[in-house]
Amino acid sequence: MSTEEKYVAAVYLIVFVVLLAYVLIIALKLQRLERELAELVELAQHKAVAVG
Amino acid sequence: MSTWSRNNRLPALATLALTLTAAAIALIFFYAPLDEDGLNQKIFYFHVPIAFTAYGCFAWGGWKALRHLWKGEEGADLESYVAIHLGVIFGVLTLVTGSIWARYRWGHWWVWSEDQLVLFLVLFLFYCAYFMLRFSVPPGPQRANLSAVYALFGVVLIPVSVLAIRLSERFIHPVAFDKGGPNMAGSQFFTFCVSCAAMFSLAATLYNLELVGKRLDMRLRELREALQ
Repeated sequence: MSTEEKYVAAVYLIVFVVLLAYVLIIALKLQRLERELAELVELAQHKAVAVG
Repeated sequence: MSTWSRNNRLPALATLALTLTAAAIALIFFYAPLDEDGLNQKIFYFHVPIAFTAYGCFAWGGWKALRHLWKGEEGADLESYVAIHLGVIFGVLTLVTGSIWARYRWGHWWVWSEDQLVLFLVLFLFYCAYFMLRFSVPPGPQRANLSAVYALFGVVLIPVSVLAIRLSERFIHPVAFDKGGPNMAGSQFFTFCVSCAAMFSLAATLYNLELVGKRLDMRLRELREALQ
C-alpha cells in the first residue's frame, strides 16, 4: 500500500470509527433508558397494588 | 405533521443516509476521475461535505436558539443544543480529515498562516466552549437563555469562516468554488453533490436519533418525579 493510499484509508477509517462510536454511545444511552423504564413500571405496579 | 411521517421519519432518514453514503463511496472510488492531486483528492469528497455539515449544524443550532429567544418555542433549546453537539462532532472530523490531507499535500499537519484553517479552529473552539457555559449553569430557563444567546453569537463566525478564503490575498488552501462556479469536472461535481447529500442526510439522522433519546430521557425523569 502506498503512502497516498494509507492517508486516504486513514481518513475514511476515522470517519467510520467516529460515527460508530457515536452510535455506540446512543445505543448505551437507550439501554440505560430501557432499564429506567423497567424500574418505573415496577414502581407503578407496586403503587397500584398498594392503592388497590 | 402527519402520524406516518412522525413515526417513520427516523427509519426513512436512516435509509436515505445509508443509500446516499453507499452511492457516494461507490462514485468516489469507481466514477470520479483523479486530478493532479492524485488519489489524495478522494479525501476532498468527504472532507468538504463534512465541513459544510458542521457549518449547517451550527447554523441550525443558531436558528433554533433564535426561535427559543424570539418565540419561546418549546423544545427549541434542546434542538439547538443537539445541533451544536453534532456540529462539534463534524467539526472534529473536519479538522482531522483536513489535517491528514494537508500532511500528505503540504507536508504539515497544520499551517497557522492559513486564515481558513485558523478561523475554522476558532469557530470550533467557540462552540466547544458552549458546553462549558451550558453545563456550568443549573438546568432551567436561565441556562436555556444563556445558551441561546451564546449560540447566536457563534453564527456570526460562520460566514467569516466560509468567506475567509475569499478575503485572504494569499492562500494555499484549495478553492473548490469561485465566481465561475465549481473548479472541477462535471463528474467530480456530481460525486461531490452526492457526498454532500449523504453527509446532510447522515447529520439529519443522527440529529433526530439524539433528539429521540434526549426527549425520552426527559419524559422518564418527569414520570419518575410523578411516581415518587
